Amino acid sequence: MYFQSFNEALVMDGHGGYVWAAYAISLLVLSLILLAPRRRQQRFLRQMAGEQKRRQQGPTVNTEVN
Amino acid sequence: MWSFFHKLGSPPWLYRIAGTILRWLLPLTLVTLAVGLCWGLLFTAPDFRQGNSYRIIYIHVPAAVVALAGYYVMAIAGAVSLIWRMKMADIAMKACAPIGAALTFIALVTGAIWGKPTWGTWWVWDARITSMLILLFLYLGVVALYEAYDNKEAAGKACAVLSLVGMVNIPIIYKSVDWWYSLHQPASIKFTGDSTIDPSMLYPLLLMIGAFYAVFTCCLLMNMRAEILEREARTNWVKKLALEYRA
Repeated sequence: MYFQSFNEALVMDGHGGYVWAAYAISLLVLSLILLAPRRRQQRFLRQMAGEQKRRQQGPTVNTEVN
Repeated sequence: MWSFFHKLGSPPWLYRIAGTILRWLLPLTLVTLAVGLCWGLLFTAPDFRQGNSYRIIYIHVPAAVVALAGYYVMAIAGAVSLIWRMKMADIAMKACAPIGAALTFIALVTGAIWGKPTWGTWWVWDARITSMLILLFLYLGVVALYEAYDNKEAAGKACAVLSLVGMVNIPIIYKSVDWWYSLHQPASIKFTGDSTIDPSMLYPLLLMIGAFYAVFTCCLLMNMRAEILEREARTNWVKKLALEYRA
């Protein structure tokens, strides 16, 4: 490791605020774009599964569907 | 060869193969990203003129490089969907836009943060930065345009045309630092001739560029999978998938 102590890595000779902020914002944006599609897919599948369930329990049960 | 293209147009096949790729690409991406971030943030020596603020290079440059590369992918996918009416190309084009917007946003924000201690200002309206801002608007434009149409086929066509017209911005971004006077430095990594960057800084930078390419690919595949499911909601294979999900 280049820095001698945790504190030194945090301050980075006065540039710490800029560097850590840049890394933090980037990590936040990256995790957002990595997590968004999974959430979208799971929401869709949950919705689909719910509809299938309703259709099965509904008054006009059609066993051919599903 | 042709059977490969035929398969490429098949939604369930693409959905499955993308899932298989993601199963090993996603962990690999996260590990590479974590290693590269720690390397650049904690293990490299500071720049002799800029000090520690230069560490921002390890996210700024990869984000900008992949934001530009992503535009090629989007425009080519748009052209393919326009010319050959390939549905999967349309899906790929739509999937690129939000990722490209996010990466361009990262490049702009980290650039502004880097500019403050280095140039003494957060923002200048010079050619490189302004053309990158236009790139962000192009990406956001594609996202917004797609949502603006009820007819998805018309939306796809309009977005493909927009992304192709927007291609004119790409060489401007590349050449902006050579054509106009700018605070922004010209490229340090060159394919021809020697790079003007020390190997101890070059290797973590190349690793991070690789990591950002991998992030882009992962997001692209995941977005495409989600989009495929929604478009194929009425088909039996998606119904079966939902059934398995409930179980």
